[in-house]
Amino acid sequence: MNDSSYRPDALIASDISAYLAQHQNKSLLRFITCGSVDDGKSTLIGRLLYDSKQIFEDQLAALESDSARVGTQGANIDFALLVDGLAAEREQGITIDVAYRFFATEKRKFIVADTPGHEQYTRNMVTGASTADLAVILIDARKGVLTQTRRHSYLAYLIGIRHIVLAVNKMDLVGYDQSRFEQIVEDYREFANGIGIETFTAIPISGLAGDNIATPSTHMDWYAGPTLIDHLETVEVDTDAAKARPFRMAVQWVNRPNLDFRGFAGLIAGGTVKPGDPVRILPSGKTTTVARIVTLDGDLDEAVAGQSVTLTLADEVDCSRGDVIAAADSPPQVADQFQATIVWMDEEELLPGRAYWLKLGTRTVSATVQQPRHAICVNTMAELSVKTLGLNDIGVAEVYTDRGIVFEPYAESHDLGGFILIDKISNATVAAGMLNFSLRRAQNVHWQAAEINREAHARQKSQSPRLLWFTGFSGSGKSTIANLVEKRLHALGKHSFLLDGDNVRHGLNKDLGFTDADRIENIRRVGEVARLMTDAGLIVLTAFISPFRAEREMVRQMMPEGEFFEIFIDTPLEEAERRDVKGLYKKARAGEIANFTGITSPYEAPLNPEIRIDTTRTSPEAAAELIVEQIMGVWSPVL
Amino acid sequence: MTSGLTHLQRLEAESIHILREVVAEAEKPVMLYSVGKDSAVMLHLAKKAFYPAPPPFPLLHVDTTWKFRAMYDLRDKAAREAGMELLIHHNPEAMARGINPFDHGGLHTDMWKTEGLKQALDKFGFDAAFGGARRDEEKSRAKERIFSFRTANHHWDPKNQRPELWNLYNARKARGESIRVFPISNWTELDIWQYILAEKIEIVPLYFAAKRPTVIRDGLTLMVDDERFRLNPGEVPVERSIRFRTLGCYPLTGAVESEADTLEAVIQEMLLTTTSERQGRAIDHDQAASMEKKKQEGYF
Repeated sequence: MNDSSYRPDALIASDISAYLAQHQNKSLLRFITCGSVDDGKSTLIGRLLYDSKQIFEDQLAALESDSARVGTQGANIDFALLVDGLAAEREQGITIDVAYRFFATEKRKFIVADTPGHEQYTRNMVTGASTADLAVILIDARKGVLTQTRRHSYLAYLIGIRHIVLAVNKMDLVGYDQSRFEQIVEDYREFANGIGIETFTAIPISGLAGDNIATPSTHMDWYAGPTLIDHLETVEVDTDAAKARPFRMAVQWVNRPNLDFRGFAGLIAGGTVKPGDPVRILPSGKTTTVARIVTLDGDLDEAVAGQSVTLTLADEVDCSRGDVIAAADSPPQVADQFQATIVWMDEEELLPGRAYWLKLGTRTVSATVQQPRHAICVNTMAELSVKTLGLNDIGVAEVYTDRGIVFEPYAESHDLGGFILIDKISNATVAAGMLNFSLRRAQNVHWQAAEINREAHARQKSQSPRLLWFTGFSGSGKSTIANLVEKRLHALGKHSFLLDGDNVRHGLNKDLGFTDADRIENIRRVGEVARLMTDAGLIVLTAFISPFRAEREMVRQMMPEGEFFEIFIDTPLEEAERRDVKGLYKKARAGEIANFTGITSPYEAPLNPEIRIDTTRTSPEAAAELIVEQIMGVWSPVL
Repeated sequence: MTSGLTHLQRLEAESIHILREVVAEAEKPVMLYSVGKDSAVMLHLAKKAFYPAPPPFPLLHVDTTWKFRAMYDLRDKAAREAGMELLIHHNPEAMARGINPFDHGGLHTDMWKTEGLKQALDKFGFDAAFGGARRDEEKSRAKERIFSFRTANHHWDPKNQRPELWNLYNARKARGESIRVFPISNWTELDIWQYILAEKIEIVPLYFAAKRPTVIRDGLTLMVDDERFRLNPGEVPVERSIRFRTLGCYPLTGAVESEADTLEAVIQEMLLTTTSERQGRAIDHDQAASMEKKKQEGYF
């Protein structure tokens, strides 16, 4: 066995400088292997490492002892053990996450994303595939094209991989039969063409026996094509395609070491750039020219897609993180409504209408996803009618951002078309998405630059607009206290308005019930109305249970900094239920009211409210006094 | 072959992108600097990422007081040349109890490094820490994200990692939580060496062969770096031509006998050798899943 372990190139010993010069200029190929444990995926990767001499003697010795102890290949080496990393996985004999492997041959360096075969497959495969140039799709020669083959191929295609290798594995177990191989290739071609995969390369292999991995198989004379490694070494990658596109660079960081230097750092997403090139800053649309491409090793004459650079510009134009510097004559679009394909990655399902953070390029904005138009069954590619997306679901939905963002369709640019969604409370990455197209161009929507703006409205009323957001259980005292606060403000000559269930639920929101989705929409509408009222210069008070943190946070984000006050009327559930002013708790307990907060629906208390009122200790009058005092205290002098 | 970027150019661009993302999104980043060759490459990439500004964060050395003297020399010089503040943390409890590699075995690493690191991050309130770990070093590292999330207790949960797509990194976290960021995750040992050669990066002379006083214990060739080294009765240091493939606390780090005194010769030896890099480190020999366990506890 040991004769297969690390055996270095002869050139290393004879002329190390020549060897290093040769290896300095290798290219890089990132690929993903798709298949389940049963297809021999880990074995294939182990074999690639083994055959490209990446396994050292001590690792081989450990592998041999592990193989004997927990291996599944009897007396033979179990290559899968080389790549199954985490302890839990080794015990269970399955891989459960994305792992990255590295090997190199004479011509290329390779990074392999190894994704698991079982649970969470969609999530992990999409993650691994997002950085891959090529996908190796494994098929068990005994089983042929299966549902999972279709799923892997569809996901690879969806994420934009255009180089597909069909590795028909375990040829040793079908007697290296040519007709079996050809039948599988034919079956696959029929399916692949149907989903848009135009070309693929099929190779008959045996990961376990090593046929057609690094060396041509001696058992399959009928196959004249390349070995797997031959193919991986020579396939053209798409980096040149990105270079041929118009110039785009998302600004990551503004480099300002002193008053004389202002540089814009970023990774070039497309095209090339030279000093003197005219560029446009988006979304502002200002134009200027590139002055210098600055690096530690001196200025560059040119930089290309894939390089991280620092540019200086000829004019003092506004440009900061999240902006995109683009070729002046062919800038990307700016929009705030899109159709997108979304892969949901979190245990907690998508809540249509809830605000999430959307990160695209270097820009993070607040965004909502509408109810999906349809989900896609990854096994049959059928379009399914759904109300939401759960873990590992893929769907097509409209996405609205709270401001225009610079983008390109994902098919044209992964860097400016791919995005992630982040939950605002847990900070988890809950979804990945690909922008297909914009629904309308924000750049064509010119907001009336109203001369009577919100400042003018507020000035006329001699006050600063505020939104006082009361939250708490039903019967906690929100409306009572809010009413007292409004009376107090009125007495002080302030212009205010109170929004509560009585004046909103019967009109504006009478179409909404009490499901989670309707509650979110209820709060969204109240938030929008409240914001318009603050634009009119009013001090707005709202009294709604508003049970979910995320929605309260969404409203906070709608408002200018410092104008939103979350006021938590903290009455324990038992106390609210004891008071039961409207008799609602009694009905809820009797099952006459569904989705009642505190009884059959959750309430998420504020974590850091601006004001918290403990009603078991503070009377409504004292509470109102305290709130007015606090609000007055932080009010700007104009009040 | 395409006429595009070479693998080193692509790796460099990716690492610089990562360094800048953290500086743009984290409140108070820091770079953990261990003085080894991977740290040297990481620091060099930081200089490139932020040029002409100095890297806008300090270097942090979680020291054990037992590093090679040559490492302390280069550490101070490298920080000065980069124009960066150098923070040095010593676990006061380990100091008070006199924890050392001769008497305390695994406890030495645990207290000085694992506990020391947590203390230092808490003390200065850093919310993001760059580390020089590579995915090719060890199996459990192959699965770690580039942005690796830690709870307020510095705990790593391998089952609950955030998906990492394209080059979009999610650096959001609650107060008290932090992230470890590994900008050179996708580099291999050979990439590191080739880059050091191409970019003429200064590394600790201990990586090159020279005559040094040594003793051989439990199969490890140890260097007698200062007078604190406890010689056994009858043990006499012998001059041998040695170099180190990895650097740590000198009484725990095994050397290899070698004549390779240039970078090319070191790379040549590395490529011709038949044992993997971490074999010279005593800490990994414990048990199969030792690194994963150490990481869950907060070791890098």
